[in-house]
Amino acid sequence: MTTPAVTTAQQTVRQQVLVLYLASSALDARVVGWSNYDGTGETSPTTGDSDVPPYESGLDALKDGWRLFQAAQLLPPQPGHEYDVSFLKHEFFFEKLV
Amino acid sequence: MPHPHQKNLLSSVQMAHFVATGALRMDAVVPDEMNRQAIEVLDNGIPGVPYGTPLSEAFVDSEFVQRLVQLPEVAGAIHSLVGPEPTVDHHAVHIRRAHEGEAQNLHGDAIIDVREDAFDVQLMYYPQDVTLEMGGTLSIPGSHLRRTNESDTGRYQNLRGQTRLVCPAGTVQFLHHGIWHGGRKNDSAIDRYMFKIRFNPTVRQVRLWNLEDLYDDQVAHELGQTFPWYEGATGRLEIYNRVKLWQAITGDDTYDPDYWVTRVTNRPQRVVSQRSVNPHAKKVIA
Repeated sequence: MTTPAVTTAQQTVRQQVLVLYLASSALDARVVGWSNYDGTGETSPTTGDSDVPPYESGLDALKDGWRLFQAAQLLPPQPGHEYDVSFLKHEFFFEKLV
Repeated sequence: MPHPHQKNLLSSVQMAHFVATGALRMDAVVPDEMNRQAIEVLDNGIPGVPYGTPLSEAFVDSEFVQRLVQLPEVAGAIHSLVGPEPTVDHHAVHIRRAHEGEAQNLHGDAIIDVREDAFDVQLMYYPQDVTLEMGGTLSIPGSHLRRTNESDTGRYQNLRGQTRLVCPAGTVQFLHHGIWHGGRKNDSAIDRYMFKIRFNPTVRQVRLWNLEDLYDDQVAHELGQTFPWYEGATGRLEIYNRVKLWQAITGDDTYDPDYWVTRVTNRPQRVVSQRSVNPHAKKVIA
C-alpha cells in the first residue's frame, strides 16, 4: 500500500491596518486624520509623512476593499467635563489581509 | 531685561492668533550673521540652566542666547506672551541627523497641563533654511487645549491641515505648552538644527501685549477660526475653550463674539412674580 504525498503550502497572511479619524460618527463622514501600519514590512508609514489623506471618507476605504473591524463607541461626556476636548472621537480601524 | 518698546510687543490680533492656533511664527527674525554662528555654537552645546532660573540670569555664560532673546521682536513676543522676567524651565539643542530614519511620535511636552488662565511657551529657533525633506517640526494648529498626556497621541500619524515646518533661516516660532508636535524624519543629506527654550510666566498673563487693537474685528476672526482636522462638533468646543482663554488673558469675561460661552452659561436668577394669578395667595384687605 502506498500513501500519496501531501504537500501543504504554508501561507502566512499578514495584516495591513488603516486607521481613519472622521469628522463625525458616520462612516461616510470626511477623513480628518489617518495612520497606516503595514504588517508586510514593505512600507514604513510614519508621523508627518503626508498632507493628503488616503481617502476622502470612511466609505471610500470600504469601496477600495478595506474591511472595518473596529469603530469607536459613542460615549457621553463625564458630568462636569462636557466642554473638555481631548482625543479624536471618531476612530475607525480597517484591515486588509495580504 | 529692559521693557520692550511698545512697537515690538505683539498686537491683539497676533495674540488672538496664538490663542486660536497655539503657535506664532516669525520668519527670518534672527539676522544672518547670528545664523551663521549658530551651528558652531549649538554643536558646542549651551550650558545647562537650573529649572526656574530668571531669564536675565539664565544665559550669562552664553552670549549667543542672550543676543537671541534680546532681539527686539523676540523680546517683545516673550514679554507679550509670558510677561516680564519669566523663568527658564529648560532649554535643549535638537539635532536631526541627515537621513535619520525615525520620526518622533506626536506628543505634548512635559505632562498633561490643564491650566485655564496661565500657559508656558516654547521658543524654537531654526538657524538654517528648513526644507520639507529636512523634516522640520510637525505641529497641529489648534491642538493646544486638548487634554491629553504627552505621547498618548502617538497613534496619530497625520492630521488634515497639519503644519510641516518649512522656513527660512533665522525663523523663530513660539508654541503653547500643550500643542501636539514632533520632530519629523530627516530625509535630506543635511543635519537639521533647532534650539528651544521653555519659559514659565512669573506674573498673571493679563493684557501684556499692545492693546491698541483689542476690539478689532480681526481678533474675533482669529478666535473663530476652525481647522481641517477638527471634528465638526468638537470644533465648536474648541472655540468655547479658546474664548474662555481669551477672556482670562484680557480680563474681560463679557467678550464672546459668537455667543458660544454666553448661551450655555445663561442662568437668569430674576423671578417674575406670579402672585396675581395664584388662587391661594392671601388676599390683601385694604
